[in-house]
Amino acid sequence: MPSSLPAAVRNHLAALRMLLVLTVITGIAYPLVVTGIAQTAFSHQANGSLVHLNGHVVGSSLIGQNFNLMKNGKDTGKPDPKWFQPRPSAGGYDPLASGASNLGPNNADLVKTIKERRAAVAAFDGVNPKDVPVDAVTASGSGLDPDISKAYADEQVDRVARARGLDPAAVRKLVADNTHSRAVGFLGQDYVNVVNLNLDLAKAG
Amino acid sequence: MNDTLAGWLQALALIGALALSYRPLGDYIAHVLTTPKHLRAERFLYRLGGVNADVDQRWPVYLRSVLAFSAVSVIFLYAFQRLQSHLLLAIGMKAVPPGTAFNTAASFVTNTNWQSYSGETTMGHLVQMAGLAVQNFVSAAVGIAVVAALIRGFTRKRTDRIGNFWVDLTRVTVRVLLPIAFVFAIVLVAAGAVENLHGVHEISTIVGDKQSITGGPVASQEVIKELGTNGGGFYNANSAHPFENPNAFTNWLEIYLLLVIATSLPRTFGTMVGDKRQGYAIVSVMALIWVASVVLVTVNELHSVSSTAGHAAGGMMEGKEQRFGIWASALFATSTTLTSTGAVNSFHDSYTPGGGGMTIFNMMLGEIAPGGTGSGLYGILILAVITVFVAGLMVGRTPEYLGKKLGSREMKFASLYILTTPAIVLIGAGTAMSLRGERANMLNSGPHGFSEVLYAFTSAANNNGSAFAGLTVSSDWWNTALGLAMLFGRFLPMIFVLALAGSLARQQPVPVTTGTLPTHRPQFVGLLSGVILIVVGLTYFPALALGPLAEGLH
Repeated sequence: MPSSLPAAVRNHLAALRMLLVLTVITGIAYPLVVTGIAQTAFSHQANGSLVHLNGHVVGSSLIGQNFNLMKNGKDTGKPDPKWFQPRPSAGGYDPLASGASNLGPNNADLVKTIKERRAAVAAFDGVNPKDVPVDAVTASGSGLDPDISKAYADEQVDRVARARGLDPAAVRKLVADNTHSRAVGFLGQDYVNVVNLNLDLAKAG
Repeated sequence: MNDTLAGWLQALALIGALALSYRPLGDYIAHVLTTPKHLRAERFLYRLGGVNADVDQRWPVYLRSVLAFSAVSVIFLYAFQRLQSHLLLAIGMKAVPPGTAFNTAASFVTNTNWQSYSGETTMGHLVQMAGLAVQNFVSAAVGIAVVAALIRGFTRKRTDRIGNFWVDLTRVTVRVLLPIAFVFAIVLVAAGAVENLHGVHEISTIVGDKQSITGGPVASQEVIKELGTNGGGFYNANSAHPFENPNAFTNWLEIYLLLVIATSLPRTFGTMVGDKRQGYAIVSVMALIWVASVVLVTVNELHSVSSTAGHAAGGMMEGKEQRFGIWASALFATSTTLTSTGAVNSFHDSYTPGGGGMTIFNMMLGEIAPGGTGSGLYGILILAVITVFVAGLMVGRTPEYLGKKLGSREMKFASLYILTTPAIVLIGAGTAMSLRGERANMLNSGPHGFSEVLYAFTSAANNNGSAFAGLTVSSDWWNTALGLAMLFGRFLPMIFVLALAGSLARQQPVPVTTGTLPTHRPQFVGLLSGVILIVVGLTYFPALALGPLAEGLH
């Protein structure tokens, strides 16, 4: 580097060169090598754990989706009794709008919304409002939560079986198949994956 | 297994894993920072960079290198975002608007990773990989470099040289961060995180609705975002997003990663100063505060303390994910705000007044338990200096720490360090509250709305990056004000730390006498914890009283 330049300029030029060097290593080489290995060794996970129905991609087992009544290819916003329903979502299960409601712990609108959700879910599933579990009346952090509690899944079994004309025991078996206990025995909490559960329902007819 | 037992076990397993990492990682970092040998690859990098790696720098030169590197980084990252639509892998993203681009550049260079944008609709893959994630590496390395210089201030005598910034930066990046990130990126992908270069593709869902599935090199960025205590999410939902954090195992791993370097650095300190007990004393203080905070946040969330919404719902699950639950969310929230990470796996705005208030208080403590990579250790060492000084005043002796006298010059730098962040937080929050238009950006009203503003400036000035995210911060005023808070909150303290390092390095150590305060005993652990809570905690008491305390007592 020419030593005739003022020290401050030389210092910043060196800084820029070091930044570019480190960018190539940590910003280009590192993610591309990781991507290469991921695509080779773990391509299912690396590509978003996609799930298929009749040969078509119908979503990701990690990303929740709406199970509403459809009318002329449009979402009516009303839950479809034939499917297990996911948790409320602040972003309507749109992966381009992930996030939470951010409503405060004493926000009057949130309290009102929770009470409305409780009444609606209880009526929909035909249960006592005070038995509706917490995950059924609260929006998740990501707005994409694919999971519900075992209690919320159990609550929905009879309604789904009735709507589909299935034996509740058969539906209960599908719930059990999609129930996951804590990771490694003690991490997180139990959950039922709604996307996979409904996919199994769809496959069962 | 019941919830309580499982909840305790995941915290205990975390403590166990961190304890096992303490010696090997701490000693390895000490070796990296002290060995005279360059790797051949590193020599090549120094030649490409045009820096002289074989001379140590005086503190003003070290500081100018830090500032030059950071200034160049801000400009580079700003330009990168503004020009992204013309570059590869933009996946259709437009140029980032100037206010957001400035805020984001300041945010990632200062290790804050505050996000006034939503990743999935703003940033193309190239900016994420080669812009934002690069700063995840190097801003973490800058923090460790600065604390290395401070430690050398204690270990060296009668010299004006405190190390070579370019060497510290390169070695920490190449020998510490990169290998760990690489290994755990693969682990994360294997466990379910995504890692691809796809854009958004639309699919037809099970019921025949449309849904946009996003892609991206997520796992590689997720790892360094935690390991480097950065916290900027690839997606808006951050580590609550199932593509970033697919299950409770990855969640636990991410908490481990965001704590591991900062909890091991006291070992680096102990090893470098030649008295490992000094490291144990510091890490004990960090652990005490962390455990107390985990317990307080968890208890508040489990019992929906002072939350009408929590009582209506039957639990504090608003803003939390089913696969994590309360315990794993509270563990993450505490760890992310006691470090400078700011990643979130659940949304703090919907926490109880006590739980959410603790996350603010955690940051206010200066993020020292264990704190950011490097910044946590230099923060607590400054508080240790103040503690030794306070103890010296009690017995009327000139205080000394690790053989170095703490005279008026040293105490001036330490005091300036302590005053900087509160000044930024309180002036910033006060100004925002006095401006009607800016105040209107709160989502919630009353004390909780004030908490959103207080959280924002506390997070920015302490370089945390998490938020009470209800506050709308995409306006030019907020982008500029918080951008400046981050820059001042990062670099003013660094100036004082490096000045202190220079001043300590010049001294001839004084011998230990019977009057010297031992700084490795439980007595000092207690004193330091007390000073942290009193000096730092009380600074913010009036502000906390107006926000979370008022809401909790309401």
